[in-house]
Amino acid sequence: MKPFSYARPGDVAEAVREVAAEPNAVFLAGGTNLVDHLKLGVATPDLVVDVRTLTSQEVTDLPDGGLRLGAASTNSEVAADRRVRERYPVLAQALLAGATGQLRNAATTGGNPLQRTRCVYFQDVTTPCNKREPGSGCSAVGGYTRYHAVLGVDAALPDPDAPGTCIATHPSDMAVALAALDAQVQVLGPSGARTLPFTDLHRLPGDDPATDTTLGHGELITAIDLPPLPAGTRSAYRKVRDRASYAFALVSVAAVVTDDGVRLALGGVAHTPWRATRAEELLRGRALTDDVVRAAMDAELAAAQPQPGIDGGNGFKIPLVHRTVVATLRQLTTEAQA
Amino acid sequence: MTDLLEPRAIGQALVRRDGEQKVRGTATYAYETPVENPAFCHPVQATIARGRVTAMDTAAAEALDGVLAVLTPFNAERLASTDDAEYAVLQSPEVAFRGQLIGVVVAETSELAREVADGITVAYAEQPHDSELRTDRPDLYAPEQVNAGHPTDTSEGDVEAAMRSAEVTVDHTYETQMLHNNPIEPHATTALWEPGADVPLTLWDSTQGVHPDRAAVSEVFGLDEQQVRVVCPYVGGGFGSKGNPHANVMLVAMAARALPGRPVKLALTRQQMFFLAGYRTPTIQRLQLAADRRGRLQAIAIDVVEQTSKVKEFAEQTGVPTRMMYASPNRRSTHRLAALDVPIPSWMRAPGECPGMFGPEVALDELAEELGMDPVQLRIVNEPDVDPDTGKPWSSRHLVECLREGAQRFGWSDRGPGRRREGDWFVGYGVASSVYPTMRQATSTANVRFERGRYVAEIGAADLGTGAWTVLPQIAADALGVDVADVEVRIGDTRYPTASVAGGSSGTNTWGSAVSVAAREFRDKFGTDPHDGDEASGDVDQAAMDEDHAAYAFGAQFAEVRVHADTGELRVPRLTGVFACGRIINPRTARSQLIGGMTMGMSMALHENSVFDPRIGQVANHDLAEYHISVNADVQQIEAHWLDEHDPYVNVMGSKGIGEIGITGTAAAVVNAVHHATGVRVRSLPVTLDKMVPGLP
Amino acid sequence: MDAEISLRVDGESHRLTVDTRTTLLDALRERLGNTSPKKGCDHGQCGACTVLLDGRRSLICLALAVAHDGAEITTADGLAPAGELHPVQQAFLEQDAFQCGYCTPGQVCSAVGVLDEVDRGWPSHVTEDLTGDVELSHDEVAERMSGNLCRCAAYVNIVPAVQQAGGAR
Repeated sequence: MKPFSYARPGDVAEAVREVAAEPNAVFLAGGTNLVDHLKLGVATPDLVVDVRTLTSQEVTDLPDGGLRLGAASTNSEVAADRRVRERYPVLAQALLAGATGQLRNAATTGGNPLQRTRCVYFQDVTTPCNKREPGSGCSAVGGYTRYHAVLGVDAALPDPDAPGTCIATHPSDMAVALAALDAQVQVLGPSGARTLPFTDLHRLPGDDPATDTTLGHGELITAIDLPPLPAGTRSAYRKVRDRASYAFALVSVAAVVTDDGVRLALGGVAHTPWRATRAEELLRGRALTDDVVRAAMDAELAAAQPQPGIDGGNGFKIPLVHRTVVATLRQLTTEAQA
Repeated sequence: MTDLLEPRAIGQALVRRDGEQKVRGTATYAYETPVENPAFCHPVQATIARGRVTAMDTAAAEALDGVLAVLTPFNAERLASTDDAEYAVLQSPEVAFRGQLIGVVVAETSELAREVADGITVAYAEQPHDSELRTDRPDLYAPEQVNAGHPTDTSEGDVEAAMRSAEVTVDHTYETQMLHNNPIEPHATTALWEPGADVPLTLWDSTQGVHPDRAAVSEVFGLDEQQVRVVCPYVGGGFGSKGNPHANVMLVAMAARALPGRPVKLALTRQQMFFLAGYRTPTIQRLQLAADRRGRLQAIAIDVVEQTSKVKEFAEQTGVPTRMMYASPNRRSTHRLAALDVPIPSWMRAPGECPGMFGPEVALDELAEELGMDPVQLRIVNEPDVDPDTGKPWSSRHLVECLREGAQRFGWSDRGPGRRREGDWFVGYGVASSVYPTMRQATSTANVRFERGRYVAEIGAADLGTGAWTVLPQIAADALGVDVADVEVRIGDTRYPTASVAGGSSGTNTWGSAVSVAAREFRDKFGTDPHDGDEASGDVDQAAMDEDHAAYAFGAQFAEVRVHADTGELRVPRLTGVFACGRIINPRTARSQLIGGMTMGMSMALHENSVFDPRIGQVANHDLAEYHISVNADVQQIEAHWLDEHDPYVNVMGSKGIGEIGITGTAAAVVNAVHHATGVRVRSLPVTLDKMVPGLP
Repeated sequence: MDAEISLRVDGESHRLTVDTRTTLLDALRERLGNTSPKKGCDHGQCGACTVLLDGRRSLICLALAVAHDGAEITTADGLAPAGELHPVQQAFLEQDAFQCGYCTPGQVCSAVGVLDEVDRGWPSHVTEDLTGDVELSHDEVAERMSGNLCRCAAYVNIVPAVQQAGGAR
């Protein structure tokens, strides 16, 4: 681990100023991802600015009937919050499907969505990685791709030497639920506060795989707002993984079903939590029979690119996420009828 | 025949003697040894899979305040013996596999040691490497022998002829994956070199055997064994990976010798363990079975291809259990190795038997299906009267009884034809046999002394969680004819008499025999009313040794598997094992070992998989987030039962060893249950949901 | 870069100097000589370093010591006075809920945390009704204890040990 300075400013504004002033500074909240990466040499900041105790730890009611999750609220407290459990089960379930009790006690609302994408080669500084060392190439292409992306990728075997190539996936469960909930992100930055849709927070690699989000340097998440949901909304999170617990998703599905339609986000399949807008369009106003959902998912996954690789590659994710969406929506509609 | 000890303490479910320290966390493991002013080591590893280190830029590192030493192939001491290439640490700039040790940094703090080690720039002359195991490699070779001294190949009769003429045949290839032992305590050592002292080198090392550890270290450094002390009261798991010392032990000893008088500590990181601490080779097993319509085997053959490292050979004895499990007039077993530019494979829980009970036990299931026969019955009709491999009678063999009792306890008769659906899940049952040889090591000595009214037994044995701290007093108590509360046992230090490695499920058999002999000698010398300080010793080779029987523990495992109809997710709600493994010394600790073995077998079946990336020559998923060990939620009901087996040939305890048999056959039982549930036959481990999805409705 | 912090560990206050890079785990093990929390993976992937950090079960391999100045930490060794055992520890002994013992202090602290979380009514991944009561069923305990790997695989004994301790409260 490279030496770094540590600062715990008096308030959020000062924290933002400190990070903004130092090009190689990072925020520290729960630390569950950053400290991991510090040890691996993946993160090499000169300055670590601790915001864990600066933002709100509370979950508060919003005037419009929604909820505001303070950035420092822990994943376990949010999952345990009665209002979240009753009104946003998809979020509680996603949080509870993530990591472990110990990690959820440390991980925060602001930090969880900002964890880096996950890839065994990104985490190993002895292998080339465009995300870690821009332009060095992508070791994952043709390698161990079980946990890698099939959506938002141009080809089944993209050029590993192209500087834009990255097939890592975003590992957060919480983020998939927040994407489906149309959450809003409250951000404070060097040039003031702004609000952005959660679905705009993450970005595809494009020509800059090193950048996971659309936040500028020094921008800090201060809260995440959950919009109110119409009465009768049903939601669920379904995670499919290699162990029964304590494993990253192979694929996951967050579904929010209202009278108007379905909001659907997929995890484990892309560099971002993947909002399945194409499928949503096809499902709008339709009865959610298995056949209708299958057709919608066929359309959503038409551009999917299975990644060949050692140990069989990840082509299985395409039928798997397809089947998981069908099953999740079947469960929600069956429950609604019951 | 041996007169077994009258069981009084033996057979009692005593609570672990080291339990209180363990639940509080005050049991002291190697790295935790309290020493004055320790220095901290961090290794430097090669980042190429083959070639030569041409330069290491260490000048800046050495100049840093707090850096105490930087050892590399260019400045490290020359070792007295480099016969074992694994231990020839920093003796040459040649790189034989990625992750090989090429240096160590010693510093005042662990943070600094790691930073400096990670920051050293290394220049290499890289050469193309070759690290892909395939059966079509032209350079596969037959080793001189396979692990544990077994012959490489065996052949009897004519398997090919039997395959041509038999009514039913099975001919398939099965694969077991690369596995890493991954004890939760990393390989770790505290080392101290005091040049003027009587015992100049002290290693507090996490090892399965302080004496074998000492023997290896003293040879490498050209020291008398008496000049080295190894201490290890507690081992945070080993599963074979601490059976032999690995290169890290030589590296830390070297670091200690570079800093006389200063204790140094080195713990491998979890990631480093995937390169340096041994692993189970992947195996590719072609199985041929020929049978008549009644299921009686006419031929059984296994041809194994597996890997070793170019730098040091380890030949897993995968084909060995096929030699003795079932009766058949025609038999063949072969082992072929690919020597690759890869880390060095080694022992992992039940080497040989664990992978070697996968292919055959799945093939038998396939044969049962071909025959339309109950797989339990198929095994029963192939029960051999004598050991098919040696022709010797069995010391005891109760496989059939295990199968029958297991079937009854499990509810095997409810099995039905398969593809039964309950809600969202397909449900299936599977069975497989288990086996492990009963071993006793050649050397071990124990002392028994009378001290202040109590009996003290001393032996350099190891407790890796197996229960030696608890069961050796039980054996000593019965051998002396005293209450177990009056016996104290001291283990885990080369100051105590020589003990063999805790491996091959032989610890209790070996050490218990030595303790029993010492107790007998003590009673012969001093009677039942000894004086303070009276002492006698005993060697395992003074204990009766039967050569005329084939001695094995047997078992049967039954698995219920559920496969999710939508996602292919796999669950094992029930595992039932019934074992015939001689007399059980302590039912509480024994059950834990058997259940632990079965759970690790389930973990092998469903979760564990070291995915080797041959492009770069390393395990891609080299940490515990990506290398999946079963977690608590993966385990539901796991039962281990045993028969009340009396074996008068094995040793005076009547014990057969229980550390390894639990992991044998489990993966096959699970895979067979998966087939029963879904109709999908998986011949390559692990069974993961991606292998299920194409077969789901 | 060094920083001075204070910690309260198992009821005892300490003032110590740490590198900004030092984790709480290394601060305890290498600076304060408290080796009850174990290092198994150092990356939050095994649970062996679980302690109660300001009352909640936490992995201290991922906690920078400098960021936890003033923290209150209870390790497995601090759960009960010397010579006594916490009910969870007693249950682990009786159920033989460990073998090698290396993951055990973390399991014990985790179990203490689990019982507290259940008391608070916190749901888990396997809680069928997110708005209902939580029971100390096998599946609930197993899921909640899944952050603590046990390579010896004492899982089938750990669950009843936690249930036993939970019932004994």
